[in-house]
Amino acid sequence: MLDSVEVTSRVGEILNAHKGMEGPLLPILHAIQAEFGYVPQDALPIIAQDLNLSRAEVHGVMSFYHDFRENPAGNHVLKLCRAESCKSMGADRVAAHAQKALGIEWHETTKDGKVTLEPVFCLGLCACGPAAIVDGKLVGRVDEARIDAILGGLK
Amino acid sequence: MKIYLPLDSAAVALGADDIADAIHTHARAKGVTVDLVRNGSRGMVWLEPMAEVETAAGRVAFGPLTLSDVPALFGDLAAHPKALGLTDDLPWMKAQTRLTFARVGVIDPLSLADYKAHGGLTGLTRALGMDKAAMVAEVTNSGLRGRGGAGFPTGIKWKTVSEAQADRKYIVCNADEGDSATFADRMLMEGDPFTLIEGMIIAGLATGATKGFVYIRSEYPIAIQVMQNAVRAAQAEGVLGASVLGTGPAFDIEIRVGAGAYVCGEETSLLNSLEGKRGIVRAKPPLPALEGFMAKPTVVNNVISLASVPVIFERGAEHYKNFGLGRSRGTIPLQIAGNVKHGGLYEIAFGLTLGEIVDKIAGGTASGRPVKAVQVGGPLGAYFPRALFDTPFGYEEFAGKDGLIGHAGLTVFDDSADMLGMARFAMEFCAIESCGKCTPCRIGAVRGVETLDRIARGDADAKPLLADLCNTMKSGSLCALGGFTPYPVMSALTHFPDDFNTMKEAAE
Repeated sequence: MLDSVEVTSRVGEILNAHKGMEGPLLPILHAIQAEFGYVPQDALPIIAQDLNLSRAEVHGVMSFYHDFRENPAGNHVLKLCRAESCKSMGADRVAAHAQKALGIEWHETTKDGKVTLEPVFCLGLCACGPAAIVDGKLVGRVDEARIDAILGGLK
Repeated sequence: MKIYLPLDSAAVALGADDIADAIHTHARAKGVTVDLVRNGSRGMVWLEPMAEVETAAGRVAFGPLTLSDVPALFGDLAAHPKALGLTDDLPWMKAQTRLTFARVGVIDPLSLADYKAHGGLTGLTRALGMDKAAMVAEVTNSGLRGRGGAGFPTGIKWKTVSEAQADRKYIVCNADEGDSATFADRMLMEGDPFTLIEGMIIAGLATGATKGFVYIRSEYPIAIQVMQNAVRAAQAEGVLGASVLGTGPAFDIEIRVGAGAYVCGEETSLLNSLEGKRGIVRAKPPLPALEGFMAKPTVVNNVISLASVPVIFERGAEHYKNFGLGRSRGTIPLQIAGNVKHGGLYEIAFGLTLGEIVDKIAGGTASGRPVKAVQVGGPLGAYFPRALFDTPFGYEEFAGKDGLIGHAGLTVFDDSADMLGMARFAMEFCAIESCGKCTPCRIGAVRGVETLDRIARGDADAKPLLADLCNTMKSGSLCALGGFTPYPVMSALTHFPDDFNTMKEAAE
């Protein structure tokens, strides 16, 4: 975990970089997550004070959106699309295979901290499903063998 | 040697970046100078990654490429194992009417010079010589309706904002394209971002707005990057800024990124999100056109609505209006997805029947099995059985069959689809993504999952209960999430009753 002095100073810099923006809270939360890999709880009161909001309001916004994490993810994040077009091509089967291979359910991280598995509802790859995104890299036409290859390639 | 290879997400997901690296490597080894343009996709996703080589006769297509196909691109092109012929002569391309997507896949997306050479900024230049009322009238006369799904006449929305009195007004582009089977917004932003920018500027001129936002979902990393680069290029060239093209009023654009909430595709929820709040739906009235972003008059339009504006100004409202049927005017980019042989983007005038789209254009299923159902309009759209394949593609025509065209995405399912399972998924999705503000959606979706599980256990008494619940959600929800989730659920129950009887049969 990060020490609070480091969080305070980096969050302060991020807040300064967003001065004058209309409705800056989402861009700020994105920047903080890009910096730390998650949104540290220590950051919330600092943001709240800077934007003249209550801490509850900032927490409410952060917890509303699926993207923002309260805790660090695993070293790698595998997101599999669960939406209709991918389902029509066997996404449920592929997801079950990934869950079995990793030994975890949705939103969980493997015990060794290596992989976090998350659902995503549409990557816009609906004509080449099932779709996945691995550490930000898009992958189309994912089947069981592809899952094994992806997981085998993760360091 | 000039080669085009898409930077489009679908092409990249199928290996385009590796193909690009291989092209550079082979070119160096052969001592050939290659000008590799990363363009948008032509929309034939089953042929991606598809490269095009510029020849004296025109652009010749090759695909779907694997790494082993790359060396032959530097040999006798006619003998290339993946040669498809001239891109413009491919049947998929020839039968389309590309107005909004005319430049996608053709130009270098980030070259303003290329954009201008293909008719870009002609519409804006014409708009700069018109007054506000004339610009609004042009859009109204074109018959353009909101392509995001609701189908509200774009000109009327603009008129309301244009006539509103306020110190500030905004143009907000809804690029939170969360519906499964839809990727037209993404392809447009990745393949021709300046068209969207030009459309937003014209909207600003017509309404008196000086600031625009593009709210792009975070699941679209490539579209975000291309749009950010395009906005910077437009600012550097004076297309955006203190004076549009050096003669007009001020207009600037900021790119904002969503955070994984489906409901933010709903316009009032999107506005709250843009303001930095929870993406909770707002009750209407007040309309966003009068009290939108920061309570100021705001145009909220879908990407395709705004991106269709430049061609309307370039060629005139009449030209655009002459395409289509009934009250569905112009063209619509069909997004053919799911279990299909030929999936991708196909822009055509309204009016094709669903059967023509699924059987002829898409060529049936990828699995080769019979088509069972087609969900039209994303997760909130109805499932259509083959019996309704004569329905012409238009707003009223689909509404007349208890469906919707939505953002014109079509997901095809083969006969292995479990429609009870799909109905359950619709309710589950609604429960996950509900913003929680209104009871019919927040509670109804959870009860819907439970009721469908009862049906799955063979409890036929739960069916009228499900219909009743759907009626409540339909008429009592604040927005389309709770209000339209009944469409997939009830259409599955109505058109595929056998799938809702499985346990009972097993028990008998």
